[in-house]
Amino acid sequence: MDEPQIYARLAQIFEDVFDEDSIQVTPELSAKDVDGWDSLAHIRLILTIERAFKIKFSTSEIGKLQNVGGLVTLIKARAE
Amino acid sequence: MAGTGAGIQPMDSLYSELQWLPRAPREFPERLKALAHLEGPQGRELQALALCALDLNQLTKLAKAIEKARTKASAGGRSLDPLVPFRLAVLSNATFDLIAPALVASGVRHGISLEIIQPSYDQVAQEALTPDSKVNSAKPDAVLFALDYRALPLKLSLGDSETSSATVQGVIGYLQALRGGIKANSNAVCIFQTFAPPPETLFGSLDRALPGTLRNLIDGINRELAANVLASGDVLLDVAGLAETVGLANWHNSQLWNMARFSFSDELIPLYADHVARTVAAIRGKSAKVLILDLDNTVWGGVIGDDGLEGIKIAQGDARGEAHLAVQRLALDLRQRGIVLAVSSKNTDEVAREPFEKHPEMLLKLDHIAVFQANWNDKATNIQAIAEELSLGLDAMVFLDDNPVERGLVRKLLPQVRVPELPEDPAYYARTLAAAGYFEAVAFAAEDLQRAGFYQDNAKRASLQKQIGGVDAYLASLDMTITFQPFDATGRARIVQLINKSNQYNLTTRRYTDPEVAELENDPEVFTLQVRLADIFGDNGMISVLICRPGEAAAWEIDTWLMSCRVLGRKVEHMVLREILRHARAAGIRTLCGTYRPSDRNKLVADHYARLGFTKVDEDGSGLTRWELQVEGAEPETAPMNVVSQGFFVAREKSRA
Repeated sequence: MDEPQIYARLAQIFEDVFDEDSIQVTPELSAKDVDGWDSLAHIRLILTIERAFKIKFSTSEIGKLQNVGGLVTLIKARAE
Repeated sequence: MAGTGAGIQPMDSLYSELQWLPRAPREFPERLKALAHLEGPQGRELQALALCALDLNQLTKLAKAIEKARTKASAGGRSLDPLVPFRLAVLSNATFDLIAPALVASGVRHGISLEIIQPSYDQVAQEALTPDSKVNSAKPDAVLFALDYRALPLKLSLGDSETSSATVQGVIGYLQALRGGIKANSNAVCIFQTFAPPPETLFGSLDRALPGTLRNLIDGINRELAANVLASGDVLLDVAGLAETVGLANWHNSQLWNMARFSFSDELIPLYADHVARTVAAIRGKSAKVLILDLDNTVWGGVIGDDGLEGIKIAQGDARGEAHLAVQRLALDLRQRGIVLAVSSKNTDEVAREPFEKHPEMLLKLDHIAVFQANWNDKATNIQAIAEELSLGLDAMVFLDDNPVERGLVRKLLPQVRVPELPEDPAYYARTLAAAGYFEAVAFAAEDLQRAGFYQDNAKRASLQKQIGGVDAYLASLDMTITFQPFDATGRARIVQLINKSNQYNLTTRRYTDPEVAELENDPEVFTLQVRLADIFGDNGMISVLICRPGEAAAWEIDTWLMSCRVLGRKVEHMVLREILRHARAAGIRTLCGTYRPSDRNKLVADHYARLGFTKVDEDGSGLTRWELQVEGAEPETAPMNVVSQGFFVAREKSRA
């Protein structure tokens, strides 16, 4: 799966999790940019991504995440 | 399937994905959005969406739409018709924020408009015990104690049974204190969860046996908790059972606990929420009461009209046959706990009945089926006819059919009827039906045992009554046979049961033990009757018990006269009196003396003796009345039934021997 595909899938997931279709999913996007992206929504986001890409993140990976760019790097490394 | 990724556990998806529910339609998001513009009541459309198998994100979105619709409705002074409002407070030691919306959406699935009252994280004791806490001042209908084992003071005491039972008692005491706080301050129904033990063991298998291990302590707490709930009228949510069903390793997710204090895996939130919702619906009496069965390929394998009696599969030892037998067994067990069974089949009536009558392996018999609809009408019409016949609402009906077309039709035309999706393989039909939890109950009363038969017989009797004019003609059409016998050893257990259980049709409410009744059997001075009644619908069994003791001067004192309320209105009491008089005359008795001793349950029979032609001779301040009837010339009303009187001579012979 290449990066544009991952971003496209992530856009769907963000819409699903935040119930909001106007979010631009860019590498720089982070929690402070999205209304309702609190710690619980973050968990829901991570869980939805794990299921969608059939991967599992470790606790420390989730803890280190800063923005969508970091997330995509992780997904790329995991999902073949 | 998932499962190739790092550490994703494959799960039995029947439960985690709520596979008895149809998948969410592709246009689910559009229909949600359309709700915002929908004028008029939104309850039905919300429920239609909730009746799909939804994941956590879909549940969360639906909950948002529900909250909006509720705000709009209450602004107009209405509730979310036809949904029933319910206020549920949740006290939890874990993160409940993601579960609460799932509960709201699942509640709508079960016909409940749930308002969740959720205090701050981990304020369990403060909220329960403080009179003006958020929970108590909200006056909820029920409080759910959503605690997991980490909320409990569980100290290991390996091999020390004394300390470990003290630990268990300590925990139970803590839960009782929480309950006491809620009961005193808001008097809400308390819903307690059993505790799912963690999958990790200390010794291994020995953990179950050895006192003081975590597993052993939790087992003890669950057992005690369940017993308390049964005794107190509280409600139990068996989370431990749920976790066992899906597997403890699937249930517990240590990463999510560490990161966000999730009590269990996020993937199981929809399942958990559905279980909470069905429990609340059961508290509100919204559980289903009737199971309507399709026949071909549901109750048996194959098509009776094509394959014939020899061709259909229901035999033991045949894999497919056993799958359908499992459906029959579940249906029978449900019937035993009070669920009414009905049949809706596209068949010629005689052909559909044939297996019930002639196939030796069939567990279900025609006797078990309250309403049998085999014809060529569409199933929605038939289900409506069944509901009418039973005088029950469509929302009390569950319809089990292997054919997706029939399921779809019924769901579309009768959305109130619950129709489980079924997997390809009939081996899983019974499990799927059970997993759906349509018949969830929060209590079990002895009358439940009788209920299926009661509805069934009443359905038959009511349809007879339709055909026939007056009550007497109706009674005659029942072709009743009443059987009188003196007490004997064979009948003793039932006699003792009736004496100790009957409250309403019981003139004196005197209770006797088994040995006391045995003594009466052999006392030649005492006249006793056990009375049975059969009619065209079957044998009602023993329905009346009578004891006469010798009184003064050629009189019999009626010590006990009781009757089962099932046979009220059949003039059984008149026939019993005729039988007493017959024996009284033979024994040279001149007077029958009766007593009505009022209890708080037997008003029904306050004028029992008056109706039978006795004369009142005394009344005291407590409402106790005494009555007499002269045997000579007494001619009580008769009723159309065959009378069998047996065993009297033999009994006297024995007692003399």
